Amino acid sequence: MEFVTQHSFLVVSLIKIAIVLFVVMTALAYLTWFERKVVARIQSRWGPYWVGPHGLLQPLADGIKFLFKEDVVPPTADKVAYLLAPFLALALALTTLALIPIGPASIGVLGQQTQLVISHSPVALILLFAISSIGVYGVALAGWSSNSKYPLLGGLRSSAQMISYEVSLTLSVVGVLLLAGSFDFYNIVDHQAGHWYHFFPRWEIIPQFLGFICYLTAAIAETNRVPFDLPEAETELVAGFHTEYSAFKFAMFFMAEYANMITVSCLATLLFLGGWLSFFPSYENPGWRWQLYLPAAGLIIGGIALIIGGLRSVQWNAKAVFPVLGIVCIGVGYLCTLTGPSHPVAEVIQGPFWFIGKVFFLLFFYVWARGTLPRFRYDQLMSFGWKFLLPLSLINLVGTSIFVVFGWHP
Amino acid sequence: MVPISYYIILSGVLFGLGVIGFVFKRNIITIFMAIELMLNAVNLAFVAFSREFNQLDGLVFVFFVIVVAAAEAAVGLAIVMVIARNRKSLNVEDVNLLKF
Amino acid sequence: MSVAMVVFIVCGALAILGAIGLILAREPVHSALSLVLVMVALAVLYLMLGAAFIAAIQILVYAGAIMVLFVFVIMLLNAGVEVRTNVSRIAFWVGLPLAVLFLAEMVYSLSRHYAASGALASAGAVAGPVPASTEELSMKIFTDFVLPFELTSILILIAILGALVLAKKEAS
Repeated sequence: MEFVTQHSFLVVSLIKIAIVLFVVMTALAYLTWFERKVVARIQSRWGPYWVGPHGLLQPLADGIKFLFKEDVVPPTADKVAYLLAPFLALALALTTLALIPIGPASIGVLGQQTQLVISHSPVALILLFAISSIGVYGVALAGWSSNSKYPLLGGLRSSAQMISYEVSLTLSVVGVLLLAGSFDFYNIVDHQAGHWYHFFPRWEIIPQFLGFICYLTAAIAETNRVPFDLPEAETELVAGFHTEYSAFKFAMFFMAEYANMITVSCLATLLFLGGWLSFFPSYENPGWRWQLYLPAAGLIIGGIALIIGGLRSVQWNAKAVFPVLGIVCIGVGYLCTLTGPSHPVAEVIQGPFWFIGKVFFLLFFYVWARGTLPRFRYDQLMSFGWKFLLPLSLINLVGTSIFVVFGWHP
Repeated sequence: MVPISYYIILSGVLFGLGVIGFVFKRNIITIFMAIELMLNAVNLAFVAFSREFNQLDGLVFVFFVIVVAAAEAAVGLAIVMVIARNRKSLNVEDVNLLKF
Repeated sequence: MSVAMVVFIVCGALAILGAIGLILAREPVHSALSLVLVMVALAVLYLMLGAAFIAAIQILVYAGAIMVLFVFVIMLLNAGVEVRTNVSRIAFWVGLPLAVLFLAEMVYSLSRHYAASGALASAGAVAGPVPASTEELSMKIFTDFVLPFELTSILILIAILGALVLAKKEAS
């Protein structure tokens, strides 16, 4: 106990890391389910359906499958780099999440003031870019160490692509930095507080719309997603850089890709969409207090829908599981209605609610893009990155600088 | 707390290892990497001295060193590619036309 | 032993191990990875010295861009295992003693300097967590060093052009 009180920072950090890891791992698993469901809906299919009600246990089944498959290591592979690559990819993808705050600067939990971020740094944004820039090694090494032609081509393509688009990604963000004047996520989000004409939130997406478009495009390319998924283009390169990977090492690449998706979406939310700020004026203003109950309302309505949908379902397991889930949702929703000084649940979850909502919207956008767009050709990809996206983000940067220098920015 | 002299000694050791690598490696790319190692060692000394004298000039120099290293890497690697294309080898001993 | 000392020893050991790995590895990719290890360890040391921005730049530019370029070129040229030749014995017989001498001299002079001014090493010159703020650094770069800064941007531009011209395939 003495250790706990002496090293409270360490203990709190460890608890935060555990929570974030648990939540993110679960989110990763269900992101695959979500993606398959949405893409299936776009293509008029059902998607995963048989493992659990509506395929809800599919991620679990996939995980178990990955764990028990034979782990083949090619005999000609470079062992060290071959083993290092997936670890590097996943570890770096998860590390970036430590820098992302999901709520306002200080929040009281169990009488302790704490921040909703694992590591608060004044140069958080640039650190995040730094960590994610090393992520290229995972892909490049995987391609090289497999000692096989398709992985090598995939690795080469992906490192070229990631270096190229990283330039646009970083430049598109500089506009926001110029306006906010800080690398610190808290300052960046605080700068977006307030409303124009008491209605439009002052999110950076409005003055920085060009930057937002550049960021979103470059981010999709950075995470190797459709339509920029050339490193693993399955119709030409078998599976690209992870062709020779099987079992859990393949799963690690898979998880790294989704973790990167989450990171990039979180970053877009923080920089352009106002982070954890509500779309409406703050609940402390008179007349806007009702939005404290938004999360609760969502959960309770969702719970009722789950119960009704579950009871009307044809699958027997859905009939059993969904009403229980619905009751749990309603219970949690009731907890979220608690306000006041002694039980500030509604106040505490306000920030994370908006943050996660926005991130979820961006993730949906990702999946939507995957379901709709065809893949680029390699030369198209390169010329798009260098000849279109880079000049566009440079124009945005120069334009923003002019506005800032002459003090025109709102 | 760590005395600054430890950082300087570490920097010296790294620089020395960079020199050894520069002298002994035969692959032109690895030689280039040894140069980068030396630059890094110098950067560490810059940062440590900047801390010791409580002046930011050292950090500014690190910034410039990094920028110059980036430019150097771009040109150097282009040269390496030309050598590899013309000589079909990356061994420095095969690049000896200027040797008398 | 304080936490800072432990971090220093671990990172310093990693940096030296990486540098030795760079020399001993025969695969160029392994050398590159060792160098990345050195750079990351140095970035942690910069953080401890209070230079957070420089640490981030170190990883972003050095490890994330320059070394990726190296790895990319190694992959592109398919550089195989290094051939060990004994052609240049002069490197061995002159280079090694010189390198060792240089190293010893450096360590000796530094340790003597700091032994003489022991007070400096123990009192004022410890790496406390007083971060050099990014604002101050940028003020310095854009006021006192603005001419060198602009020159480096021209240098980068020339480097890009040079790389393009060099790497361009000749029309034959």
